[in-house]
Amino acid sequence: METTAEGFEAAFDAAVAADERIEPRDWMPEAYRASLVRQIAQHAHSEIIGMQPEANWISRAPSLRRKAILMAKVQDEAGHGLYLYSAAETLGTGREELLDKLHTGRQKYSSIFNYPTLTWADVGAIGWLVDGAAITNQVPLCRCSYGPYARAMVRICKEESFHQRQGYELLLALSNGTPAQHEMAQDAVNRWWWPSLMMFGPPDDESAHSAQSMAWKIKRHSNDELRQRFVDICVPQAEALGLALPDPDLRWNEERGRHDFGAIDWAEFREVLKGNGPCNEQRITQRRRAHEEGAWVRDAAAAYATKRRAGSVPAEDGVRMMEATA
Amino acid sequence: MNDAPVTAPPRAAALALGDDALVLSHRLGEWAGHAPVLEEEVALANIALDLLGQARILLSLVGDEDELAYLREERAFRNLQLVEQPNGDFAQTIARQLYFSTYQLFLYRQLAAGDSAFTGLAAKAVKEVAYHQDHAAHWTLRLGDGTAESHERMARACGALWRYTGEMFEPVEGLEVDWRALEDSWRESVAGVLERATLTLPDGPRSGAWRAGAGRQGLHTEPFGPMLAEMQHLHRSHPGASW
Ligand SMILES: [Fe+2]
Ligand SMILES: [Fe+2]
Repeated sequence: METTAEGFEAAFDAAVAADERIEPRDWMPEAYRASLVRQIAQHAHSEIIGMQPEANWISRAPSLRRKAILMAKVQDEAGHGLYLYSAAETLGTGREELLDKLHTGRQKYSSIFNYPTLTWADVGAIGWLVDGAAITNQVPLCRCSYGPYARAMVRICKEESFHQRQGYELLLALSNGTPAQHEMAQDAVNRWWWPSLMMFGPPDDESAHSAQSMAWKIKRHSNDELRQRFVDICVPQAEALGLALPDPDLRWNEERGRHDFGAIDWAEFREVLKGNGPCNEQRITQRRRAHEEGAWVRDAAAAYATKRRAGSVPAEDGVRMMEATA
Repeated sequence: MNDAPVTAPPRAAALALGDDALVLSHRLGEWAGHAPVLEEEVALANIALDLLGQARILLSLVGDEDELAYLREERAFRNLQLVEQPNGDFAQTIARQLYFSTYQLFLYRQLAAGDSAFTGLAAKAVKEVAYHQDHAAHWTLRLGDGTAESHERMARACGALWRYTGEMFEPVEGLEVDWRALEDSWRESVAGVLERATLTLPDGPRSGAWRAGAGRQGLHTEPFGPMLAEMQHLHRSHPGASW
């Protein structure tokens, strides 16, 4: 037995080393599986919780064109949630179980969504900065060692880059608009800049899961490296937008060939992570409520599907029926 | 019959069809982040986006889409009272979808077969609307023939919205439609779906104490004002701004 297990492990290690994809039926270490489920679940949860701050503005979108773009974006995020819960399912953990962990606080979602969207410009700032940071984080995941996750990320990253461009374009229209619109845009960037930098996670020397994830090629770059990359991308974009980034220490460092930037308030990060952000309670309460209020709908779909299988309902009625999660 | 060129879009008709789509799209957009299951977040948004697309085309036929959507007062909107009704629970939303999408499907089929300013738009929209109707019909089956609770909720929703169905068949100026045939097709289709869903066609009055045709004439229900206030407030707060 021992030799077999070692053989499997050696094959797994060799596949990862050779940049081959691990597929659902392949043997994998339990810790690798657990780590992936944790990461994919947190990502999926972030997609669906992330719908809330932007959905907050659908009903007030100031033009029909912007309304259509925003609705489509929020819909994309729901779709991302679906792909990712499916990817987690290939590792043996179902959506219902993961949602339960989210609703009971045993699994987390990205802390960025615990900040409020206070003005229309926040929709633009989220697209430009939050989707932008997500892309910087996620593009390397398209080469992640686990096949289903990597493939989901290819699809997701394409859409995230649309979101990023749309957010940028929204801010540009505001920045070039009336003084009140310009001020709205600057205010949003002031509020979203630092939380966006926190999206890359704690500094490398404090990151609990980083080293092992990098060895397994679930992760490809360190938190600090990705954060630096993001800052370097944003600085010229902010200039083109005509908006200032709220960091007096931000400057080009000729020697490093990169931008230096100010210290991040990690105390705030930890507080928000602990549940003390401005919207933690609100977001999870809304999520739980939607789930609880939808229970009778899911029960009905399940009961109907059971009747159909039992033959008491003509099969054609259910042919195109979507499987609701029971 | 008049001799106006077939391409000149009649304003009242464009507003009636466009406002129906605009208002229902807005209501469906309110579900974002609140749907009972993730698949429905996607499905309801799909339908809302289709309707918003239709609204934008229709309103643009007779003016600036944003001016029409954001700067008209409540009494100038020509949508059916049905589509402005609040989402309620999921059953109420599905009942509203079933009634409206079935109406829109048969209406657009007639328009697509005709020769008017709406022919092209209707021909394209029929495909979208067929999906909306299919979605509503399937959920009606699941809810009607699901659990005792879902059956009860679906029956209540169909009954509550029934009073708003009469005005759908009031002729709209500028639409060449056989309204009688439209009503017959609608009734037969809705009754068929309800029957398969172990529900029955409600038998109450098809219009409230208001005469039928109220929404089409700019008379709306209480929930519409707050909806418009929310929809229009940001646009109106920045007169002349572009977004
Ligand atoms: Fe996403
Ligand atoms: Fe996104």
